Amino acid sequence: MFDSPEKLALGFITGIVFGFLLQKGRVGKFEVIVGQFLLKDWQVLKVMLVAMAVGSIGVYGLVEADLATLSIKPFLYGGVLIGAVLFGIGMAVFGLCPGTSVAACGEGNRGAMIGVLGMLTGATVFVAAYPLIEPVIKGFGDGDKIAIPDVLGVSPWLVIVGLLLVVAVFLAAVEYFERKPMRKTPGQVGGVKEPPFVSRGHVTR
Amino acid sequence: MTNPFAMKSWSPYLVGLGIGLLSWFTFATANKPIGITTAFEYTAALAEKAVVPQVAEAGQWHNKYFDEKSPKIDWEWMLVLGVLVGAFFSASLSGDRQHEKVPSLWRWRFGDSVAQRYAAAFLGGALMMFGARMAGGCTSGHGISGTLQLAVSSWVFILLAFSVGTVTAFAMYGKEGGDHV
Repeated sequence: MFDSPEKLALGFITGIVFGFLLQKGRVGKFEVIVGQFLLKDWQVLKVMLVAMAVGSIGVYGLVEADLATLSIKPFLYGGVLIGAVLFGIGMAVFGLCPGTSVAACGEGNRGAMIGVLGMLTGATVFVAAYPLIEPVIKGFGDGDKIAIPDVLGVSPWLVIVGLLLVVAVFLAAVEYFERKPMRKTPGQVGGVKEPPFVSRGHVTR
Repeated sequence: MTNPFAMKSWSPYLVGLGIGLLSWFTFATANKPIGITTAFEYTAALAEKAVVPQVAEAGQWHNKYFDEKSPKIDWEWMLVLGVLVGAFFSASLSGDRQHEKVPSLWRWRFGDSVAQRYAAAFLGGALMMFGARMAGGCTSGHGISGTLQLAVSSWVFILLAFSVGTVTAFAMYGKEGGDHV
């Protein structure tokens, strides 16, 4: 029923740091999450890509030094593909993801609290209906617990270096386009719609 | 110099660096990746077992979920609780408390009905969690922890989920939505 007290305390401390970082990163906000999906606010991908890039170096280093083991999730085609579609729709409608909605509750966000109640309901339905859902998750084939270096047949470090380069170029491009004044959007045929430096986020009807 | 804890936001790059280093810490200390939604599933499973104990026993009420998994209050469950507390500290220290019931972008598109917004948050949250448990992870478990382990399942999940999220957001708000973010 319970992990050891030390493990529970360790999880709690880790969570406090994670929640603190999510809040300082502003990713527990509806406008930031939906703004990312509308390709207007790149905060979410900046945080995620840097976390992924930095994390990969240390975690593979720890694995190489025999100080940790990878825990890769299996690629069950039905579960991952159908789950991702439902997840994407739900996340866009809610405007928060699981971790950031918990952080938003810490900010006092009432809508996030309602959403978390919905999440508990979704989890309850999942567990209750598990005997019916399991064939869908596992029935369409299993790609196994496989990592990109296994697929490519190369060293993980080569993949990591490649990823670091892609992330660096991508984020540099995002910064460049964000700073470029008077960005022309394809929909903007004639005339200036709005001055680009008007503070955003307070537009009312 | 201003107290960094009292600032309302940090650079996303600094935050990303912090989360990346935190993942080193979790692998080094607990040999686990950061994740969120398993704790929700375990909470639901423990509640169901408490209300209907027969689900975990042989018989007509039996649910094979309980043969395959053993839900418990674990490291990750406490991590989720910690996220709530950590975000509360951060928001309190900076005065960044959130009181708006209907986000401005939502109000621009769907009006200022609080009930409508709450209904969408509830249903969206439920659908999102259901999808996460089908896939075995969310933006944290797949999107950060899985991608940094270079897992194929996680890269497929996050690319597909965010693509679907983008299509959904454009379907809901249209191109003009971006001007109201």
